[in-house]
Amino acid sequence: MSDAPAQLKVLVLVKHVPDAQFDRHLAGESPRLDRQESILSELDEYAVEAALQLIEAHGGAKAGHEVTVLTMGPDAASNAVKKSLQMGATQGLHLNDAALAGSDAAATSLALAAAIRATGDYHLILTGMSSTDGETSLVPSQLAERLGLPQLTLVSSLEVDGAEVRAQRDADGQTQHLRASLPALVSVTDQFDEPRYPNFKGIMGAKKKKTTALTVADIGLTPDQVGTAGSLAVAVSAEERPARQGGTVITDQGDAGVKLADFLADQKLL
Amino acid sequence: MSTTLVYVDARSLSADGLGKAEHELLTVAGQREGDVVVALSAPHDAAADLGRYGATTVVVPSADTAAAPAAGPAAFVAAVARDAAADVVLLTNSLESKEIAARLGVKLTAGVITDVVAVEGDVFTKSVLAGAYTTRSTTGPHLAIVTLKANSVEPGATGERSAEVRTLEAPDPGPAAIIERTEVKPASGRPGLTDARVVVSGGRGLDGNFGPIEDLADALGAAVGASRAATDAGWIDHSYQVGQTGQTVSPQLYIAAGISGAVQHKAGMQTAQTIVAINNDPDAPIFEIADLGIVGDLTEVLPQATEEIKKRKG
Ligand SMILES: Cc1cc2nc3c(=O)[nH]c(=O)nc-3n(C[C@H](O)[C@H](O)[C@H](O)COP(=O)(O)OP(=O)(O)OC[C@H]3O[C@@H](n4cnc5c(N)ncnc54)[C@H](O)[C@@H]3O)c2cc1C
Repeated sequence: MSDAPAQLKVLVLVKHVPDAQFDRHLAGESPRLDRQESILSELDEYAVEAALQLIEAHGGAKAGHEVTVLTMGPDAASNAVKKSLQMGATQGLHLNDAALAGSDAAATSLALAAAIRATGDYHLILTGMSSTDGETSLVPSQLAERLGLPQLTLVSSLEVDGAEVRAQRDADGQTQHLRASLPALVSVTDQFDEPRYPNFKGIMGAKKKKTTALTVADIGLTPDQVGTAGSLAVAVSAEERPARQGGTVITDQGDAGVKLADFLADQKLL
Repeated sequence: MSTTLVYVDARSLSADGLGKAEHELLTVAGQREGDVVVALSAPHDAAADLGRYGATTVVVPSADTAAAPAAGPAAFVAAVARDAAADVVLLTNSLESKEIAARLGVKLTAGVITDVVAVEGDVFTKSVLAGAYTTRSTTGPHLAIVTLKANSVEPGATGERSAEVRTLEAPDPGPAAIIERTEVKPASGRPGLTDARVVVSGGRGLDGNFGPIEDLADALGAAVGASRAATDAGWIDHSYQVGQTGQTVSPQLYIAAGISGAVQHKAGMQTAQTIVAINNDPDAPIFEIADLGIVGDLTEVLPQATEEIKKRKG
């Protein structure tokens, strides 16, 4: 087996998303998400955690291993980078350009792939299992396709062994043990270890870490390749569903099981 | 002449017939004008049988494509789509299908629309933001790659016809992971979670005992589901988890017992047609979305309901 890279370079994609604890809204003619009250996607925290554990298993930042985080989004998206740096990532990249607004998965993965190519050679690219806003989970596989990398998606554990990555994937009712040579793309589920909270040292240390701003031109793309112009799937209408109304609530008087059967019979569900 | 291409995983085809989700795909394809071409993931003895479900042609790869996860099937389906000049490609909404769809989008410069519940011409309906909105999307002049949620259409009648079977060389999938070992979770004998019409789910309130949930599920012919608290506790396998990071279900009836109704759980079930909740806390958020809420102890309510339902079904 070939040797492990002397200095592991791991890239983690992080997204700032509207906090799902609040009501979320679509607005505008080709409907877009209102991005107020946004946070680092909880599902990306697992990917940051996985990256940190990987380099720690090989001697950490002291041994020269690096975790770079990349986000794409407006000014406020820098919060996703900041939180990742506080958790322990080495440096940040922020792709921020008005031309990117309204990108679908195709345009997003195109821009992210270009940003990855433009900024370095990474051994591993880690992502969350899906965004908590778009929820399509298309971007990890599209990145693997664009970058010509093997994909190990929806993994709950991973390790780098020599120049190989090994991972366990749980999906569609089966568990697979996967292996691929580096470089590779990995998406991490919430079955991975709980993400760490930034401690005081992490919060103070993050202030000294560098975040590089990137534009569409910096990564070698033109504005018409991304954003709405570069998107292939477009929402033409969005209707807010009437909020589900609570129905009848009864308190069990010793006969609630029978009442449940009555209800199902009334609804023709038996 | 237009062509609808349907991707079918060969594992869903057996001598007994075709999986329900795939049968729904062929039903949607059959409602469209023109030819229905199936790209099958691997050679299969029953390939011609897909004609019974409305396929005019079945294209099989020269070798099984599944060895290269997502990359293998995607390379093959892209080749079939080009060969057949497909106008739309339909796949199921499984995690693997979505990954194949994602890669097809790049290979074919196509728009990808996932979680679709209705297809009308070139307009695809889905619900987003955990069911808060219904959107209609198109891919304009581009090819559309669509993944269809189970239970979106009534599977159509099967016929007698057999399809023309052709073999196409499976292209080199490019760099891919190697599957060293696969452990298939034991089948429960109950309907599959994502395509069941009735789901009975349990949460932390079960306190470790899924027995009453399983008994009610069996009386109703239902699938069993769970909250993350129940799967994290190890009471039931993770594959039963319903919610944002588990399975998304849209059954006719969803019964939640001992589940509080956290946003991440609701994200996976609130498009169910009818919701019943059983919880001993009258303030549990699940009651805000339940059509019938029962404030009570599930260890009493569930067995009584099971007995009563068995009695009525005779
Ligand atoms: C990133 C992320 C992703 C997540 N993804 C998911 C997901 O996909 N699916 C999911 O479910 N959760 C998910 N969660 C977890 C979610 O936030 C909740 O923690 C979880 O849903 C709670 O499960 P529960 O309702 O079973 O437990 P609890 O919230 O503890 O509720 C248990 C309920 O049982 C009731 N109860 C107790 N005893 C009885 C009794 N004898 N009879 C009747 N009622 C009783 C209690 O009143 C209580 O309401 C996720 C969380 C995060 C952070």
